[in-house]
Amino acid sequence: MGNKKPQPASRREFLKNLSSGSALAVSGMALYSVSSCKPSSEEKTTLLTTDGKLVEVPNSEIEMLEMQSVSPEESRKGIPGKKFVMVVDLAKCKNARKCVEVCDKHHNLTPDRPYIKVLEMRDNEKSAPYWMPKKCFQCDNPPCVKVCPVGATYKRTDGIVLIDNERCIGCRFCMAACPYSSRVFNWGQPPNVDQEIAYSPETSVPSKIGTVGKCDFCPDMLRKDKLPHCVTSCPNGVIYFGDEIEDTVTNGEETVRLSTLLKDKAGYRYMEELGTKPRVYYLPPVNRMFPFENEVQGNSES
Amino acid sequence: MRKYNGNLQKFETRREKDLLGHLITTSLKYKVWIAFLLLIIAFGMFGYYRQIKYGLIVTAMRDYTSWGIYISNFVFFVAISLVGSLFSSILKLNKNEWARPLTRVSEIIAVAAIICAAVIIIVDMGRPDRFFYVIKYLRIQSPIIWDVIIISTYLVISFLLLFISVLPDLALCRDRLIEIPKWKKRLYRITAINWNNDPKQMAMLKKVSTILAISVLPVAFAIHTITSWLFATTWRPGWDSTNLGPYFVSGAFMAGAAVIIVAMYFMRTELKLKAYITESHFDKMGKLLVLLSLVYLYFNINEYLGPAFKMVGVEGEHITELFVGKYAPMYWFVQLGGLILPIILLTFKNLRKPIPIAIISIFVILGAWFKRFLIVIPSLQHPYLPIQGVDESYLHYNPTWEEWAITLSSFAWLLLIITVLIKLFPIIPVQKAENISKKAVEKILQQ
Repeated sequence: MGNKKPQPASRREFLKNLSSGSALAVSGMALYSVSSCKPSSEEKTTLLTTDGKLVEVPNSEIEMLEMQSVSPEESRKGIPGKKFVMVVDLAKCKNARKCVEVCDKHHNLTPDRPYIKVLEMRDNEKSAPYWMPKKCFQCDNPPCVKVCPVGATYKRTDGIVLIDNERCIGCRFCMAACPYSSRVFNWGQPPNVDQEIAYSPETSVPSKIGTVGKCDFCPDMLRKDKLPHCVTSCPNGVIYFGDEIEDTVTNGEETVRLSTLLKDKAGYRYMEELGTKPRVYYLPPVNRMFPFENEVQGNSES
Repeated sequence: MRKYNGNLQKFETRREKDLLGHLITTSLKYKVWIAFLLLIIAFGMFGYYRQIKYGLIVTAMRDYTSWGIYISNFVFFVAISLVGSLFSSILKLNKNEWARPLTRVSEIIAVAAIICAAVIIIVDMGRPDRFFYVIKYLRIQSPIIWDVIIISTYLVISFLLLFISVLPDLALCRDRLIEIPKWKKRLYRITAINWNNDPKQMAMLKKVSTILAISVLPVAFAIHTITSWLFATTWRPGWDSTNLGPYFVSGAFMAGAAVIIVAMYFMRTELKLKAYITESHFDKMGKLLVLLSLVYLYFNINEYLGPAFKMVGVEGEHITELFVGKYAPMYWFVQLGGLILPIILLTFKNLRKPIPIAIISIFVILGAWFKRFLIVIPSLQHPYLPIQGVDESYLHYNPTWEEWAITLSSFAWLLLIITVLIKLFPIIPVQKAENISKKAVEKILQQ
């Protein structure tokens, strides 16, 4: 669905009207029925326009429409009353890499520079290796935000750190400042840029050449009360996601109390001593569910 | 077109003839040199055109090595710009009269280097089209903003220092030079801003130059300290150090002194200024370079000994890579060839003669440039979390031809600015300060 030719003008205009909010009240139900997790189909949905006409629109275009809902200014505020938090259970990860794949797909990334990396870690020679899925830690004391000269990257009230590709000047100071190497740069023109979609920092697409990108906790999904793509795609329930204020996290299968989970399983944050206060916790790789296998085997199995 | 060969021009004194001669005659060598510089600049422009067209993908920088030779070159330019303050402030306030003839060239180098530093930082930007966002969306807590503020301040002060040092001679050029094209006459008339060696003007000039000499010093220290903070405010191995400010500043003074020595050598031979830039100047500069290098050596030991003793985690990996790893040849070239050997060699009087000291200074400059490479690049290749699951090209950094072309052309720009300014303005004060004041007194007596 990448390089689509422009659609007929009338339908595009209709979509633009939608985006300005005029018809959202009528079409709201229809929009919510479409999950962007599903592969795009040629199915169509009938919608009512402002001037009272019924129009058939392919679902794939509605998906795009959902993406362009939040402007860069709005995206600075955050979702009210929320403090998002993630817990990664290292005991469950077997490097299935589904999170990486689905993240690459939804953020339009090439496999050579993903937002999520599953790292092969080994704390010392005697201890066993383990897999460590690593995203942006969405730090509460974010070094990247501190160094940005133009406020192109910012901390929101809901705890998420986002990047505005329309403001980023590409100095890459944030990349040097991030101790976790979470940030990637659009060194060239990002692949398959569909210019029909309006850019939003909440979706990070279409990302812009010469600017920085990173894992964004998928705020577009969170706005719809859905989980980030990496959480839902994981076959082993490694990633728990939730709200610190509600004190609950879920991996899509089980919902648990955040404080209990961290207490019982000795949750920790990576390199606490840096004082960055990450919003991503890890559960130690003890009693592992899978034997550690090297990368090639892990890939072929999944 | 009229030919200006200097036949009609008459000078009052030998000094005037020697020091103003190059302003009215243009040698073939000069033209070839300018053409050569323009050629390199054109080559770099082509590289930059490709970078604008395709993005920073044409460079070898990738997600881990996210800063490359543009940034190290930027640090280098900022470093050599400090030499302006060395002469206009430190040596002047300490009443080192011998250094007086070198003040102008040091200010010219400072101004040229600061301009090039500003340009190269724009070249490094992923979105140079958004340059003015730095002003529009300015956030004062970013060290980049501090750097922008201090660099522009230093540029203004350096420019003023250059201007006030050359002002009396601009008036002299206006009054004395006849056989020059109209645009040059206009240039001298405008830039001399009605200067006529009036005692009031003299007093004011002296006051202003003292104020500037004092005020440039903290700014000069700040400019390179803040540049070091671009690194020291992060957690990277080799950057996460409280030593970085003085380490950068001392290295800058050393590099700047070496640049002045090379400039002195070429001015002396090309402009035939042997009577004005004497062997004694080289001797004194040699001693000064040894002193500055020793200070830098001290901060180098501070910078490496602690981490090398402790060998903590990535900091230890970084040190290993510098001392015995991939970057060891460059590291030891820089430390031995660009720092320790020059210190030893320059303690010999015979090696402080113009030719040997110019060669040694070129090694110091090369060492200084590669030192900045070693400060910027290896640190980025040792993050806390291992580099895995990325394209192979992300693991190394070998600058592409576009990067080298742009870097070389930035040097060509630097040399072009310096050459043109030297060609346009008297590089050594034609009127000695005491002569000017004597004339002024005579003038008053006549009235």
